[in-house]
Amino acid sequence: MSVAEDHLARSASRAPGHAAAGGNVLSLRNLTKAYERGKPVLREISLDFPARGVVAIIGPSGTGKSTLIRCINRLVEPTSGAVLLGGTDLTKLRGARLRAARREIGMVFQEYNLVERLSVMENLLCGRLGYVSLWRVWTRRYPDEDIARAFELLERIGLADFAVRRADALSGGQRQRVGIARAVMQSPRLLLADEPTSSLDPRTSVEIMELMRDMAAERDIPVIINIHDVALARRFASRIVGMSGGSVVYDGAPEGLNDDHLTQIYGRRETGGWIE
Amino acid sequence: MAQKDLSVTEIATIPPTAPIWRRFSPLQRMARFAVYLAVVMALVWSVRNVQIIPEFLYDAHNQMADLFTRMWPPDLAYYPTTVHGALIETLHIATLGTILSILMAVPIGLMAARNIVPFRLVNEFAKLILIASRSVNSLVWALLFVAIFGPGALAGTIAIAFRSIGFVGKLFSEAVEEANSGPIEALIAAGASWPAVLIKGYWPQVQPAFWSIALFRWDINVRESAVLGLVGAGGIGLVLDTAMNFFQWTRVATVLLAIFAVVIMAEIVVTQIRKRLI
Repeated sequence: MSVAEDHLARSASRAPGHAAAGGNVLSLRNLTKAYERGKPVLREISLDFPARGVVAIIGPSGTGKSTLIRCINRLVEPTSGAVLLGGTDLTKLRGARLRAARREIGMVFQEYNLVERLSVMENLLCGRLGYVSLWRVWTRRYPDEDIARAFELLERIGLADFAVRRADALSGGQRQRVGIARAVMQSPRLLLADEPTSSLDPRTSVEIMELMRDMAAERDIPVIINIHDVALARRFASRIVGMSGGSVVYDGAPEGLNDDHLTQIYGRRETGGWIE
Repeated sequence: MAQKDLSVTEIATIPPTAPIWRRFSPLQRMARFAVYLAVVMALVWSVRNVQIIPEFLYDAHNQMADLFTRMWPPDLAYYPTTVHGALIETLHIATLGTILSILMAVPIGLMAARNIVPFRLVNEFAKLILIASRSVNSLVWALLFVAIFGPGALAGTIAIAFRSIGFVGKLFSEAVEEANSGPIEALIAAGASWPAVLIKGYWPQVQPAFWSIALFRWDINVRESAVLGLVGAGGIGLVLDTAMNFFQWTRVATVLLAIFAVVIMAEIVVTQIRKRLI
């Protein structure tokens, strides 16, 4: 695990003031998930995420990347282990306290997961559902500062003229921008992204990765991205976590990721190399 | 690379062991034949069972012509005095009954939807209520409520409402179950409470189906409430029943024309509104 230690040392050295209080925004301790008894999809995952930086989780499909990220905000219920967000174990929370924890974790999805029949503006305001009272939601009387922030964010993601447009009238890239803005509306302490570029063309993928990296940097929050595109991961991440068979097999800087690691993560092709 | 037809020599070269492909297995073919046979047998059996009396069939056209001559010309003077009021009452029964049924069907429909209530027992219980509502004809419901509330529009309204619960609830719960789970997941991840997820996640997705179901049911209820009067549950059926009992065929014709006009109008209104909704 020398690579992991090396990484921890690096991240500690470049983490100033913000991370001083405790260091890590999120820590996973022995996180295990088994959908079926005795067949764990995640095996005892322990990872620490410091207060900033883009972390890319790579690995073949079906290796538990998506499960891992969903266990963090408990869209999937972990079987055992702990998810520590600023010292609080999320696996112990229920009801209102769980919702209060969830609203501090923004999430971006592969299929954007916008409410298609609502306007772009209302989709952004959905990011405030954890904060706003039910009565205000029902009557669509969102707080003025939320609306002002939503307009600012629309300006930032370049969709200022789309506020009243319905979400299903947007292109894939535009929808994902709205998805990112919705996550940021939550004023989150960290961003999760589950294959955010898998449904997009290569150019839009790069734009979306840039937007996520920059928005997170502006707000001084870390991003954890599930991604199967190794090139994109190398280009945008400051740290890469490689997963295989439900375990972490690489954790370190993108520069340290070599062909041996990739073979270990994705497996060897019998007919020849797939790594260029 | 143009597609080549199989030449005779090529067909000849297909080895005798080439795999044979058939759409259905022999067992499936037998099963399909059995189904066809059963349908034909059911048809023959029912025709023999109905016992059509030929004498009645032979002069049916004469009877029909006779009835039409008695009905002609319709007694239009009867419309403003009696038919109009009953017609309006019929529309009220249909509208109120539909609204009442929606109020009852929405919670039951939500209970029946597996993605809303993840408890099998509750789902099945809700479905039982919906089936019970649908399995009883509205005339039978009306008979029941006439016995409880006495004859009149109230009994008719409640009968319409109870008959519609099953229809509205079933279609509504199906629409809810078909809702895309992606946006729901996103709202839960944002920390939204359960009612907030219902309002902002499910409702926008279900809304078009909901209005469509409500309008469709109202359309059906206009037709159903027109006959409720036959068992004393108010509306235009009562006027029709009276006119028929007194063999006032010209008045019967007026009532039938009025019902026909209203049903057509309801159809047009519903189609127009649905066009704008979706």
